[in-house]
Order: sequence, then C-alpha cells, then structure tokens
Amino acid sequence: MGQYLVRRILTIIPTLIAISFVIFAVLDLAPGDPTSALPETIRPEIRQQIRKAMGLDEPFPVKYGLWLRQFFVNEPLSLIENALDIQIGDSEKRLRVTSWGSRGVPVMDMILERLPQTMWVVGLAYLVAIVIAVPVGVISAIRQYSIFDQVGTFFSLIGYSIPTFFTGLLMILLFSVKLKWFPMIYDTNLQIVDWDSFVQQLKQSAMPVAVLGFFQAATLARFTRSSMLDNIPMDYVRTATAKGFRERYVVIRHILRNSLIPVVTLIALGIPAIFSGAIITEQIFRVNGLGALLIGAIQLNDIPLVQTVTFIFAFLIVVFNLIADVVYGVLDPRIRYS
Amino acid sequence: MIGRYSSTLRVIALLLAMAFVLAACPAAAPTGGSEMAADEEMAEEEAMEEEGKVLTILYWQAASLPGPYLSGGTKDQDAGAITLEPLANYDPNGTIVPRLAVEIPTIENGGVSEDLMTITWTLKEGLLWSDGSDVTADDVVFTWQYCSDESTGCTASEAFLGIESVEALDDRTIMITFDSPTPYPYNAFVGANTPIISSVQFADCVGAAAQTCNEENTAPLGTGPYRIIDFKVNDVAVYERNPHYHGEPAFFDTVVFKGGGDAASAARAVLETGEADYAWNLQVEPDILRDMEAAGLGKVVSAFAGYVERVLVNQTNPHSDLGDDRSEYKDGNNAHPFLTFPPIPQAMSMAIDRTLISEQLYGFAGQPTCNVIPAPLHYVSESNDTCLTQDIDGANALLDENGVLDSDGDGIREYNGIPLKVSYQTSTNSVRQKTQALLRQWWLQIGIETELINHDASVFFGGDPNSPDTYQKFYTDLQMYTTGPTIDPQQHLSNWICEQIPMRENSWGGGNIFRGCNAEFDALFEQLTQTPVGPEREALVKQLNDINVQNNYQIPLVYRGEVSAHLNTLQGVWINGWDSQMWNVGDWHR
Repeated sequence: MGQYLVRRILTIIPTLIAISFVIFAVLDLAPGDPTSALPETIRPEIRQQIRKAMGLDEPFPVKYGLWLRQFFVNEPLSLIENALDIQIGDSEKRLRVTSWGSRGVPVMDMILERLPQTMWVVGLAYLVAIVIAVPVGVISAIRQYSIFDQVGTFFSLIGYSIPTFFTGLLMILLFSVKLKWFPMIYDTNLQIVDWDSFVQQLKQSAMPVAVLGFFQAATLARFTRSSMLDNIPMDYVRTATAKGFRERYVVIRHILRNSLIPVVTLIALGIPAIFSGAIITEQIFRVNGLGALLIGAIQLNDIPLVQTVTFIFAFLIVVFNLIADVVYGVLDPRIRYS
Repeated sequence: MIGRYSSTLRVIALLLAMAFVLAACPAAAPTGGSEMAADEEMAEEEAMEEEGKVLTILYWQAASLPGPYLSGGTKDQDAGAITLEPLANYDPNGTIVPRLAVEIPTIENGGVSEDLMTITWTLKEGLLWSDGSDVTADDVVFTWQYCSDESTGCTASEAFLGIESVEALDDRTIMITFDSPTPYPYNAFVGANTPIISSVQFADCVGAAAQTCNEENTAPLGTGPYRIIDFKVNDVAVYERNPHYHGEPAFFDTVVFKGGGDAASAARAVLETGEADYAWNLQVEPDILRDMEAAGLGKVVSAFAGYVERVLVNQTNPHSDLGDDRSEYKDGNNAHPFLTFPPIPQAMSMAIDRTLISEQLYGFAGQPTCNVIPAPLHYVSESNDTCLTQDIDGANALLDENGVLDSDGDGIREYNGIPLKVSYQTSTNSVRQKTQALLRQWWLQIGIETELINHDASVFFGGDPNSPDTYQKFYTDLQMYTTGPTIDPQQHLSNWICEQIPMRENSWGGGNIFRGCNAEFDALFEQLTQTPVGPEREALVKQLNDINVQNNYQIPLVYRGEVSAHLNTLQGVWINGWDSQMWNVGDWHR
C-alpha cells in the first residue's frame, strides 16, 4: 500500500507538468486579446502599448518559463511568507503571477479571496445532497416500486433535467420577489460575529445551496438506487438473509457497503467541482466564488488568471482521483494494491 | 462481525466529516489573506455596526479596479468616479461644469490662448486628498506623466494625445500646451475617464511598475465625496464618507458597489425587491422593465450620449455583377443606379414610423431622431424634424411626382427601367431584425421591395478584409448600425469627408462608409477644425449634420441611450450619458 502510494504520487509530477504545458499552450495560442474588452475608441497603437506592458510580446518559451517559475517557486514562497509572517530573501522584487484584468493584483490573492465563498456554498450544497441522496437511494431500492420510490424517482428526474439557472430563477421569483424571505444578492462582506449575522449568512446561502443541493442529490440518489439494485439479487445477500440477520443489518452491512463503491467514486471525483464552483449558480446569486472568477476572467481574456485557476482545477482532479482509488481499498477488502 | 459493521459506519462518518470540514471551516473567515486587511476590516465592522445609511449600487459587470487608467471598462471608471475626481465634469446636457477647477477656462476669460495652443486650469483652494494631504498642481502634472508613459499601458491615454506638455505654473495653476491648434481643448482631465491621482501615492507606480502596485491600484486616494475602504477584485467595493471632501459632506455613511450577476436580476433587485438602491445599464426587454417598474418601488431612468441607430444609404453601386468593383467609389463613376436620385431615399425616410420603433423596440433606451448629431443640445439641428411623423401618402406622392412609377403593375416601382429592389444588411440581434422587418413592410407600401440580410456581429463588425460581409465593404444597398459623436462632434464628423471613403486601395480603412463625397461638407469641416467652441462652432456642426441628412447619405432612426433604475426613495440621481453615471453620487440622498 505504502509503496503503491509513493509510486502514484511520483507519477503525479510529470502529469501535472504536462497538464500545465497543455493549458498554457492552448490559452496562449488561442485567439483572444486582453485589450479586446477595452472600449473600441482606443487606438491600435495604444492597444499595442498595453499589450507590451502586460508582457504579451515575449516569445512563447520565455512566457512559459516565466510562468512556471512564478507559479511553482514564487507563489509558494509568497504563500509561506504570508502564512508565517516572515520574509524569505528579497520578496519585494519577486514577480508574482498578476492578473491582466485587475492589473497589479496577484492571481493567488484573488483565488484565496474567492475560495471561502465557494467552499461554503458549494460544499454545503454537496453535504446536503449526500445526506439526502444516500438514504433516499437506499430506501428507494429496498422498497422498489413503492410510493416512496415513485416519488423519489419523480423528483430525481425533475432534479437533473431542470437546469440550475431555471430553478435558481424560480426560487428568486418565489422566495425573494413574492415572499421576501431570502435576499437575492449575496453579501460577500458579511462577517459572522454573532448569532444574527450567522442567521443572515444562512439566509443568504439558503437559495444557492438549495438549488445546487437539489441538482446534486438527484444524481446521487439515482446512482445509489441503481447500485443497490445491482447488489440486492446477489447470492451473498441471500446467504446473509438465510443466516437470519435482521434486514436492517443486511442492508447496511452487506448491500450498502458494496453499493457505496461507485457512489464514493462519484463523490470523490465531484469534490474538485466544489472548488470550481457552480459557475451558473454563482452568477445568478452573485456569490463571488471561483466559478464566477473564472467566468469573469474568460470574458476579459485575463489569461494568467484563467491559466492559474484551470491548473488548480486540474491539480485537484488528479489528487482526488488518487484519493478515490485509495478509498476503494478501504471500502472493498477484495481490492489490494501492490 | 460487529467490528466490521462499525468500520463501515466509520468510513461513512469519515466521508461526511470530510465534506463537512470542507464546507464549514472557511465560513468563519470570508476574506483571503492580505496584510492591509487588518485596519480596513475594523473600519468595515464599524460601518456595519452603525448599520447607518448605506447606499447599494448594483453593476452586473463587476469592477476590476477602481479607476480608468489600468482597466478601461465603464464599470471600472464608475467605481473610480465615486472617489476620484477630474478637473471638470460633463453634465447630462453635455455642458462642462467645474469640479476641482475654479472655473472652466475659455478664450473670453483668458484660460484658453487665442492661438488655441494652450489651456490653463486653476485648482480650487484648500483641496485635500482623502488621507488629509494637500492636492497640488503637481498631482495633475503627475497624472499626465503617469498615463502618457508608454510602458504604463494606460487605457485612457487617448485623452492625452496631442498634448506637448503639462506644467505646474504654481501650486494651483496648470498649463497644458498642445502640439497643434486645438479648438476643443477639454479632453484631458475632464470627465470620469481622466481623474486626478495622487503623485505621492503613485510615485513608484509609473511605467512597468504599474503592474506591481497592488495596494495603490485597488485603493487609490481620492478627492471625491467618498473614499475606498475595501476593494474585492471583480466583486465589491466599499466606500465611506470622505471627511476631507471639498463640497458638502456626503449623505450616506457607506456606499457598497456590488458587481456580478445579470442585467435582469439587477433590475429586479431594485424594482421588485428593493434590495439595491441603484442598478446600472439594464439591457432588458422594454416590456419586462415596464412590468417591473409597475411594482412601484423604483424608477427607470435613461441616459443619452450621442449614439444613433441609422440606415446608411450606399452612394455607390454594390451590384454583384461588378465583381471587385462592387461598392467602389471610383471618383464618382460608380454611382448607385437609383439611391442617388434624391426623391427615392427621401421617400424611404418619410415612410418610417420612428416613434413606433423607438417605443416598441427600444423602450426606455430610445427616442426617435432625424439627426446624425443628436446631442449635445447646442449642436442639434432643428431643420429636419418633419421626419418624426410617418407620411406614407406623402412618400407615394413624392415618387409619383418625380416619375418613379410602377409601369409593369407588379407593385414595385421602377426608375429608369430598374425595379426598386434593395438589399438591407445589419448585425444579428433581435431588435435589429425586428426593425428590419418593420422598415421592409413600410417600404413595400411605397413600392420598394427589400431583401433582409443579417450577419453575426463578430463578422459584420469584425473588419476581416477577406470577408465580404463586413460593414466596411458594404456590399448591399442599405445597412444599419449605431455609432455616435463624443461630446465634441469633430472627431465623428471627420469620418464623412471625401478622403475617408473606404475602398480596395486603402483596405476599406475609411470612416465614410456610405461613400458620399460632398465638396461643401469638406469645406465646412475644414472651417470647423479652426473654429473654437462657441456659437459659430455650433452653427457649423448643425450645417454639417444637415448636409449629411438632407443629401440622404444616412437615414437616422433612433437616438439610443442607456437605462438604469433607482429606488423611489433615492433622491438626487441625475443620470449622465456623457460622463460617469456616478458623477454626482455625492448629491444622492434619501
């Protein structure tokens, strides 16, 4: 197991370098110009100056080398400095990856500023989804074709066939405009200092969390249900029942444990999505998360920001793939890594 | 057995715990680590505690930086305009009003030199930056140096073109010298796109170093009614009352400038839920906006600058048989077979119901117009206003009188044996296609058949010299789009002189898209470039407008504006198309 882990972790390094190259090359070679978002009245000479000021006229290998250094050396150093409040070397002169849209602002600072909102809203939605979906999926499977199953299936179908921008809009119209229960503008400056502000935070998170949670729960519930149904007719289940175990014990101990394997994969691979945020939902409710950051950056052709955010997503996907593999081994004793 | 049972539960519990930790841990700390946060956060908390008078402004595009110099969007300019001030502003009528300056320099008061080579501004006495330090003439000089330094990559440097030098004559006096006579000297330091910044704060941020000035760029010192206390990139800016403001202290304790989302929900937040006080640039269907306004919470307001949606009439022959010579001017030897016969385009203009188009399709964002220079008011000609009333009978009569008749009885008139069939292109956009359909129907009633064409905006406006579908090539009889003059129309009018006709030779580079050459226009324009601001200049602009419209080079349709909304309780909003919509935010109150 240990050896396997070391090997897997080592292979991550070349994978990430390859990914960084592809991301950088694709974005660099793609058409699109950070000055294209500027007003049309700005003359070509001035556009050229702006491009030059952003370092756009360097050749590709130089730009890539610079970015690699900034990202893998300078940024971690700055992070450590900020976290420990110390200085390593000449940190004033160290070039950090800075945004083009908001010139002078380090990309990492922008990401760190956005991360809490995304993790709170999307993470909470994910949690809500898991807590609802797994029991619903299990009960639907063991009471197949019951009323509960029918209703569950109906809502699951609605959940994943209606896009989030539509449910989001419906919720705003119902809960903000008609009932005036929840605010439709997410206040990112809200500080949780007392009970009232905590309630305020819950209120403003309620709609985005519900929209995302509903969507996720629908998918997960369907997955859990079908996975359970695969396992219910198995011989080992009949054996366990024949041994006289209570149904509850058979379901949880035998069926659920085996059925959870694909569900765990789904959950683990979905965690990077927490970080990438739910782009549309964040946009609708004005949650300033990572998804909204990425969309804004793409619209402004803010390439350093897009590159960095995309790379971080790629990194998370690689890491959570590994975690999913490891969790398999824990859940399923038949799988042994060597 | 029992042990293994509980191990499964443990794994599930672990997974849930993992998800919960991910979800919960950051909730307590919404701001990401920058060192400057500490005291600002305190200020922010104080503001929250008071929970006093908060002004919430909603922009569906979030500001990248507060200020116009490093990021050229309206959102950035407006976020800056709450705290940064220029020497003078344009008011909604297009009149220049002093801000940091004592008065507007003119030739009469000696501020502008007789030879139109210099302009001298004087700062008000006792101006202070929001940190309490003095504002001096050096700050103005510095602002020029900062933005005109090539390696700064300044997005507003256009306004400083043609400036030879900016000098501080004393602490409060600034002289700008131009490199050639400049009849309109009010481009630099007037309006929200060229405010004054602090020479002390930005001293180390000139040129390439501008890229590294994170703190300065996100929290510039200002002289305006409010000052920045927190700026979250592409999200929200928070301001507090500036204690060093030179005018009446502002009404609100806190201003929140929130970005993101979409136009429709921004409108809803003001007009239906009242969560925000002001929402900017509401590009929403007029009917939907009217319904929202009917809720009674707020009011929709429009700002107009100079934009005119209009039909350009090709003065050259675009017939496809001509091959490479399509729409080529060829010194006037390739005239359009019937659109250059004045009664025909005139009748087409008469047949249009401009009021219907602007009310139904543009709503709050449009007014019917008969001029290509629709504003500022003192430049607007009144001699074309008859076009505001639709007159189909008159148009038919005009064509009949001039012998443009339907001789073969197919419902389409002929001129010199050529049936009046026109092609009419524009960009793909639902409002434009609806306009096209209306015009086609009206023109059919006067015996002119229209073929409607639309191209994707990126192609139509894209300027690719290899594409036949660009507005510059103009391979159709008519086309429609919007452009308009800035506060001084000279630059815009310069497009329509003979020299500017696009052709193969200049890679379709000119601005005289309709390809109309008029000696009188050129002569008057030459005169305009030497006439200083005043009644004489106004008369010239009106004449130039009339030549263009009365020769039927262009058929103006709708004067287009921008739509915003504010709560009924918010007083003092005077929406401005020429300057930032935030230009008088210091006067807003409840």
